[in-house]
Amino acid sequence: MNNRVAIIGVGINKFGELWDKNLMDIAYEAGMYAIWDAGISGADIDGMVIGNMSAGRFTGQEHLGALAVDMAGLGDIPAYSVEAACASGGAAVRQAYMAIKSGEHDLMVVLGCEKMSDVSQSEAMNTISVASDWEWEGTFGGTFPALYAFMARRHMHDYGTTEEHLALPVVKNHANAAHNPFAQFQSPVPLDVVMSSAMLAEPLRVLHSSPVTDGAAGLVVCREDLAKKYTDTPVIIEASDQRSDTLALHDRKSITTMSSVVTSTRCALKQANLELKDIDVLELHDSFSIGEIILTEDVGIAKKGEGGKALEEGITEIGGKFPVNTSGGLKARGHPVGATGVAQIVELVLQLRGDADKRQVDGAEKALAVNIGGTGATSIVHVLGR
Amino acid sequence: MIEMAERGVAQVWRRIKSIYKLQGNKCETCGTHYFPPRLVCPQCRRKGKLEPFTFKGLGTIYTFAVVHQAPEDFKRQMPYVIAQVDLDEGARLTAQIVNVDKEDVKIGMRVRVCFRRIKEFGPGGIIVYGYKFEPTMRVTGHEEKAATTN
Amino acid sequence: MERIAMVGIVGYGVYVPRYRIKTSDIAEVWGEDGSKIGQNLGVFEKSLPGPDEDVATISVEAARNAIKMAGINPVDIGAVYIGSESHPYAVKPTGTIVSEAIGCSHNITCADFEFACKAGTAALQAAMGLVSSKMIKIGLAIGADTAQGRPGDALEYSAAAGGAAYLIGSKKPLATIEDTVSFTSDTPDFWRREGEDYPSHGARFTGEPAYFRHVGEGAALLFKKTKTTVDDYDYFVFHMPNGKFPIAMGKQIGVPKEKLEDSLVVRQIGNTYSGSAMIGLARVLDIAKPGSKIFMVAYGSGAGSDAFSITVEDAIEECRGEVPTVDDYIKRKTYVDYATYAKYRRKIKALA
Repeated sequence: MNNRVAIIGVGINKFGELWDKNLMDIAYEAGMYAIWDAGISGADIDGMVIGNMSAGRFTGQEHLGALAVDMAGLGDIPAYSVEAACASGGAAVRQAYMAIKSGEHDLMVVLGCEKMSDVSQSEAMNTISVASDWEWEGTFGGTFPALYAFMARRHMHDYGTTEEHLALPVVKNHANAAHNPFAQFQSPVPLDVVMSSAMLAEPLRVLHSSPVTDGAAGLVVCREDLAKKYTDTPVIIEASDQRSDTLALHDRKSITTMSSVVTSTRCALKQANLELKDIDVLELHDSFSIGEIILTEDVGIAKKGEGGKALEEGITEIGGKFPVNTSGGLKARGHPVGATGVAQIVELVLQLRGDADKRQVDGAEKALAVNIGGTGATSIVHVLGR
Repeated sequence: MIEMAERGVAQVWRRIKSIYKLQGNKCETCGTHYFPPRLVCPQCRRKGKLEPFTFKGLGTIYTFAVVHQAPEDFKRQMPYVIAQVDLDEGARLTAQIVNVDKEDVKIGMRVRVCFRRIKEFGPGGIIVYGYKFEPTMRVTGHEEKAATTN
Repeated sequence: MERIAMVGIVGYGVYVPRYRIKTSDIAEVWGEDGSKIGQNLGVFEKSLPGPDEDVATISVEAARNAIKMAGINPVDIGAVYIGSESHPYAVKPTGTIVSEAIGCSHNITCADFEFACKAGTAALQAAMGLVSSKMIKIGLAIGADTAQGRPGDALEYSAAAGGAAYLIGSKKPLATIEDTVSFTSDTPDFWRREGEDYPSHGARFTGEPAYFRHVGEGAALLFKKTKTTVDDYDYFVFHMPNGKFPIAMGKQIGVPKEKLEDSLVVRQIGNTYSGSAMIGLARVLDIAKPGSKIFMVAYGSGAGSDAFSITVEDAIEECRGEVPTVDDYIKRKTYVDYATYAKYRRKIKALA
């Protein structure tokens, strides 16, 4: 039985500090764009999955599934949130994928959303921290940036990665986002500005870190055989894999590798019957620039320790062998936590359809997204194909 | 204000032996030491036999960061040094490094545990005490490696 | 009064925080003459606690040192008494936090003591009573403070932070406490009302009718009870509110200057309030030879004095080098400026 899952519609709003919109305003907007893009009617939808990390702490509201269905006027269809910290979006995609693949659902809407600017900076930092081990890392002063700084310092110590290497993903991603009308930041940022920005958690600087953002992204997914009713350009989810690792960074075997990423990427490629060299464009989770360097190594684009070198050589530029984060990544597109995993898929679908405009990777046919939770305790990988 | 003040009481109290004295556990089946104490030995699972174990408090810095932007709780101490410390017995934890100038912190530095205020639940709430680490020196009962910094 | 059953110090430890502020730096802020003040007070710099330190943390460090020196298992401690005028909570004992952190069993009696600067020695006397009456085997008495001076007030130059912990027992003490007496009266020289941030004091009233009267009477009582004189003692330790009072007290009683020198830690770390005499005593114990006799009088405003006659035993030589000395802590220092001092000591109201 052909139970392949297709993406037939994508939607995303402009990410940023959206003062006049609340969480549902933002989610509804992205969801509607996806529905219009798919050309379906509301009655076709038989379920919704929402990826959201912490609406409870950011906005005081839980039970988002019922709320979203209510706000969208979608009647009595089933809906709920899934949470995997910063991989909540990827988890929502995976949830819908599994529901349709199993035959339980035919056509679903996937919504990733987060509203982060309604709380103070301090409260936002504390909330993001719970993606890590709050009790044993956060409580003692291990802020989320500090944990990635641990990885950066060790990577510099073990492999000679330099301060300049840390800045390269930032420069690339801002240059890419200059061509992305939905990105939070749409101007290029020069290398020296990145390298002289204020210290956040040494050795990481403020400009090495993804921002606090409001935003949402949506997908319409359905069984492949239904897809041709709506579109000539369905994008198939050729693989979906998820792996876990210890919650606390201090319990990992290595802090310069995310083994959950290594395994989930390998398993996903195997599922799709592909090798890395077959992948034309990637979205790699860059909550901090060191994250992009490490993931570049962990998915196999560069050998362990040579992620910085790969960036130096332009391998991950739009015109390079493995374009990474053509959207601007978390750094420049923005990182509304629960939305990110879905936003990554939106970008890759646009690439595979040839709709990525000035960011287009020529002839892109296969794509791979890695969405991370916390410091790598969760890794969710999707492979998409035309 | 009251709500904030009364927060955290049971959650913190439950952990007192671990955060005050570095009490973790050790799996008698495979010999691995764990901090904080685990519910189950991940290596042995059902075959594991976990017993309480209090660490000596000596360790080595594996990696560290200097935090320049932190939540309200730590404002007074900024910038502060936070590190992953490899305890001699084999477990690794995350803790602040105190009694040192940030320029002098290095990977591989020997440190020992000290008892400090970690945070408080507001001016009316309970004070959370726990572990931080400081470089080993004369006043920690160890040999002085270099001259006292002034 | 009868002689008390043999009781002594089986281990001791101190802790002084790393930070110091110079008298001259404080004086500069208030437009005063730093070197004159230094000379007048006999205090040239004082210790202050870091933002994550308080009486509980100081007590734990000092107690851990004492336990290491004594070589005992903390579960053998039967009483934990912490004396301070800056307990972290107005209501919730410091003693329970400390006893849990140092590894005591649940079978202890515990309480916090308050009596201005002699809260620690009052705790010492209570521990002595429990041990000599055989109610417990070992008692822990701690005097520690993170005293605050009102900004711009004379006391700001001397109010400092530090603590000392003493384990009292009867088996193989490193110093025997031969006797102790106290002199107490209701004398309001220094006080702080509930809700007030800083204490108030009677200025010159804190001298003759308060400190000198009580320390003098306490000393006289002790000489009388033990039938000894100044000449029988090798070392003297008085409470040190500044560098001048203990020297003047010594002159009044006829103590030769050199017998007082070794205990005068106030010059380098200021007045550690409940820790003052007890840290002074520790410094003497760090260097005294077996057979030496020590005369200590602690003073607490409000007012009262506790006097002790102590003999150093042979066992002290085995303990030397076990834990850092008072001098080790004095030498370990980092200077801060007034702004940092104000930030750490929460004198800036806007910051919670």
